[in-house]
Amino acid sequence: MGAETGAGRLWPLGALAVAFMALAPQVLQLFTIINLTTAIALALLGLSLGLIWGYGGILCFGQTVFFGLGAYAYAVAAQNFGDTSTAVLVAIAVGAAFAALLGYFMFFGRVSDVYLGAITLTVTLVFFSLIRRTSGPEYKIGDALLGGFNGTSAPPLTLPWDSAAILFPNQLFYVAMSALTLSYFGCVWLTRSRFGRVCAAVRENETRAELLGYDARLYKLGLFTIGGGLAGLAGVLMANGVGRVTPDLFGLPYAAQAIIWVIVGGRGTLIGPILGAFGIFYLNSWLGSQQLVNLNVVLGLVLIVFVLLLPQGLAPTAMDLAARAMRGRGRARRRRRPRRALAAEPAE
Amino acid sequence: MARARSRTRRETVVETRNLSMRFGGVTANDDVNFRLEAGELRCLIGPNGAGKSTFFKCLTGQLKPTEGVVTIRGVDMTGADPHQVAQLGVGVKTQVPNVFDGLSVRENIWLAARRAHGAERAERLTAETLERVRLGDIRARAVGALAHGQRQWVELGMVMAAEPWLVLLDEPAAGMTDEETVFTAELIREINRTASLIVVEHDMNFIRAIAGRVTVFHRGAILMEGPMDEVSADPTVRDVYLGHKH
Ligand SMILES: Nc1ncnc2c1ncn2[C@@H]1O[C@H](COP(=O)(O)OP(=O)(O)O)[C@@H](O)[C@H]1O
Ligand SMILES: [Mg+2]
Repeated sequence: MGAETGAGRLWPLGALAVAFMALAPQVLQLFTIINLTTAIALALLGLSLGLIWGYGGILCFGQTVFFGLGAYAYAVAAQNFGDTSTAVLVAIAVGAAFAALLGYFMFFGRVSDVYLGAITLTVTLVFFSLIRRTSGPEYKIGDALLGGFNGTSAPPLTLPWDSAAILFPNQLFYVAMSALTLSYFGCVWLTRSRFGRVCAAVRENETRAELLGYDARLYKLGLFTIGGGLAGLAGVLMANGVGRVTPDLFGLPYAAQAIIWVIVGGRGTLIGPILGAFGIFYLNSWLGSQQLVNLNVVLGLVLIVFVLLLPQGLAPTAMDLAARAMRGRGRARRRRRPRRALAAEPAE
Repeated sequence: MARARSRTRRETVVETRNLSMRFGGVTANDDVNFRLEAGELRCLIGPNGAGKSTFFKCLTGQLKPTEGVVTIRGVDMTGADPHQVAQLGVGVKTQVPNVFDGLSVRENIWLAARRAHGAERAERLTAETLERVRLGDIRARAVGALAHGQRQWVELGMVMAAEPWLVLLDEPAAGMTDEETVFTAELIREINRTASLIVVEHDMNFIRAIAGRVTVFHRGAILMEGPMDEVSADPTVRDVYLGHKH
């Protein structure tokens, strides 16, 4: 079993997140903190895809559709209601509801995996081009102008009980980091629950799951809906990190990158996609500042290297190495404990 | 659970009436009328391509029959989904092994036990089943890494862990060594103490070992039905089936 299944090994990760949350605003510059909030938003998007792809076997090429819808729902709701807490809930609900709707047609229509990838990618690209065309004054929802390819402003989060108390970038960072940490542990809990184990079973063999009496479609729909809600929440963080929401959120670059984060970080882990998103985000901004090579070329190379040399991704490879090192040490101490089988569930 | 063994006429647990299944031009099942009583252990035999697996899949909900009706304990299950059939308390093992390769032996069994039972009961059933199918020592191994025979037992274990009252097995001993086959036959007799069974099988010795009533399929239809000795002595059966084999 992977590191994420050992309850004992989870608390250091939690402690690390809390320490990072406490220290980062002390030592980092404001600009870096604002940037970090955006990276956290993308990491949460990566986590949402890692959950449904890694644990449910649902390869969704257009996870960005829930991300973009969440961001727009937040901006529109916040502009209309003035209360950002409600807007957050609306965004999560819109992400989840749209995933439920799309998932219902795909899973109950018994769409095959390949078509599922194509359909979800198409849907996000359709949103991308439709929303780009909403620049006229007639495209408004309530008081919020959609603004075409310029997008619309996303009012910053406020304290839930005082809509005049706008959060500072440092506080926004705390909120984002808490959201990511809680979502991560929530996902860990979910994947260990009965529901999560059945989803893993459906991923492994849908026929067998059905023959045991589990309705595979319902489990996939449930997991997909949760993934949609998480991506919606990621959209909220993104809207806050950037201050605007634009059609780019639905576009191919983010859609493709999300897949790359999961592959690089490790499919079948939850921490992997998070690390993958952070890694690629900072690789991107570093390359952007260098102006030497084309970003997409580098991304392509990274993808090829991982697919060919580290197909498991970073997190599982690191865990394997750590496990091997531990075994090596055990042998050195000449303590021969009976060899336990490795990795019964590679998917964790 | 041994509700079965009474002197009076027993309850019908599986029945098909005028069941036909066609794939385009191929008629895989042709007007099959079949009945299984509670507590029975029935073997389906017949040459390759006789339509046994197709019939089997019509019972489990994996195929929707072109014509005819399937009832399980009197409930019309024609065209039901596999999970609905399973939820009646029916355990199924398919001809092509269907297991969760990436999961551990223990988790495979647990998933079967947990479907119908609470957490505690499922844990107990999982532990018991691992002993019964003698996979306790390798409970932590990934099923994908196991030998063929062991994978078949994992699947049998999944069937047993759900405590079904009706069990359908398609070629449970296929590809097994003689020794493994003996143990599998033992498991099947054990299952039969609490459940009615339909077993599709090729191996004559295996069928003798589990000693049930036999239904012979030929060209999609039932050729005859009876005890094994009677069936294997029948000249038509010898001709279409046994004659083919040797
Ligand atoms: N999905 C299918 N599509 C087309 N023909 C099929 C299909 N499944 C089975 N058949 C045909 O139906 C006949 C019966 O097959 P099957 O039920 O597998 O026989 P058995 O299990 O007795 O060996 C064969 O001629 C086979 O080719
Ligand atoms: Mg067959």
